Amino acid sequence: MTNALSKLLATRDWLLADGATGTNLFNMGLEAGEPPEFWNVDRPDNIRTLYKGAVEAGSDIFLTNTFGGNASRLKLHQAQGRVHELNRVGASIAREIADASGRQIVVAGSVGPTGEIFEPLGTLTHSAAVEMFHEQAEGLKAGGADILWVETISAPEEYRAAAEAAKLAGMAWCGTMSFDTAGRTMMGTTSADMVTMVEKLDHPPLAFGANCGVGASDLLRTMLGFAAQGSAIPLIAKGNAGIPKYHDGHIHYDGTPTLMAEYAVLARDAGVRIIGGCCGTMPDHLRAMRAALESRPTGPRPSLETISTALGGFSSTSDGTGDDANAPKRERRGKRG
Amino acid sequence: MSDDEIILSDLSDDELVLQMHDDLYDGLKEEIQEGVNLLIARGWTPYDTLTKALVAGMTIVGADFRDGILFVPEVLLAANAMKGGMAILKPLLIATGAPRMGKMVIGTVKGDIHDIGKNLVGMMMEGAGFEVRDLGINNSVEKYLEALEAEQPDILGMSALLTTTMPYMKVVIDTLKEKGMREDYIVLVGGAPLNEEFSKAIGADAYCRDAAVAVETAKAMVARKHNQMNA
Repeated sequence: MTNALSKLLATRDWLLADGATGTNLFNMGLEAGEPPEFWNVDRPDNIRTLYKGAVEAGSDIFLTNTFGGNASRLKLHQAQGRVHELNRVGASIAREIADASGRQIVVAGSVGPTGEIFEPLGTLTHSAAVEMFHEQAEGLKAGGADILWVETISAPEEYRAAAEAAKLAGMAWCGTMSFDTAGRTMMGTTSADMVTMVEKLDHPPLAFGANCGVGASDLLRTMLGFAAQGSAIPLIAKGNAGIPKYHDGHIHYDGTPTLMAEYAVLARDAGVRIIGGCCGTMPDHLRAMRAALESRPTGPRPSLETISTALGGFSSTSDGTGDDANAPKRERRGKRG
Repeated sequence: MSDDEIILSDLSDDELVLQMHDDLYDGLKEEIQEGVNLLIARGWTPYDTLTKALVAGMTIVGADFRDGILFVPEVLLAANAMKGGMAILKPLLIATGAPRMGKMVIGTVKGDIHDIGKNLVGMMMEGAGFEVRDLGINNSVEKYLEALEAEQPDILGMSALLTTTMPYMKVVIDTLKEKGMREDYIVLVGGAPLNEEFSKAIGADAYCRDAAVAVETAKAMVARKHNQMNA
């Protein structure tokens, strides 16, 4: 199956993805608590500005403003009946911007987590999750998205459900998880666990990786964890531009364009093919990242020391892989049946 | 292996309590309920059973969660086991007039449905002996105010997982200030994108990195508040 992304991957060493959605929309006046997806219909010019920001900064791939566009999330705003519409419109505006760019640009339909926990711990069933993701995927497809882009996932079950939904929609997809808890996802998945899971999928992603989480250093440690598993599937890095700070009524991320440029080069040197940002990554960051990727020669795969020296320390001493993978847990008094 | 089989009723009190710590760690609800019933039958007060068996056990779970040894699924299982024990203890605690740590109103802010962390905090707080009123997800400032008036808690806890929803915490705190209610409550905030600096900037009392830290912070701040009131 060829598509816009597989074609680009076949001809380029690295691709620049986009940056933040929320941070950009807040700067345009999105109110806290307001669903960003409504703006696809209510403020389409703001969404055009968002998309153009990434395209004009040199992104080869950008994501639609549909992260929270599943029935579970939209239900909060009594908009669970608008899943298809909000996704279709979000994707069609993106299609319009991509087609007008005069370059080969991939429109990636953003699919975020449902926010629910899978049974037996929670109440979400596999079939309900597949159904929700599939509904969203059909809207994105109708709006002209080239691929699906599943992101910020914590539970392997949810990632697998999204894969199945992509298959049902007949779409190629990419999927990233968020490694924000001591180098693992909130649910305890390590970078190595994710590779094992991805390799077993019936409808594998075109590329997989990590987004969001805790700063650029942690994200690159996760990339080294992926690379150590030697998967043939291309890797994605979409890290936050530093740490969020509250300033004059706005959230501001403290990572500079220079830091993100450094991060982009190190990501490429770690073997990552698709490089972008997440929260706090603005067009200026993307421009600096593109310029660095184009001008600086490829270096050796960075060590953890190189990463922490260039970008700052890690949030935890271990990420649960390598020598720490089988670290003993708590000593028990006896064994249960 | 049958050699390893553990019969709770054969254990001495000390051994039983240690075994209950292990069983909480492993999220074994039925075993926890059996252990609670055994201790009560042996004449333990409901309060001692709560603090020495359940709260002490959840403290171990909380520490390993904080240290990146346990993750959300394990903690949810442990909390579920503890809830099983609490269901037995709750009426007994009320009947015996056992001391309470304090009361908390907690909820996820408007626009945010990600309530995993908030639920963990609620369960761990209950585990630590606090009374918790959980407002669920997607709470407007009006809903928080209504609950604060009705419940008169010591603590207001707010949670947000998204960068698009975290600024709403400031909306709530600013409204409390406007109404002259801010000093009546300890305001704790938490959620993946937050940090200490953010919590200070919006005027919260503390940022809690995880559920274990939330419990420690709540205990310390409630104790300080009570000391001030008694001074």
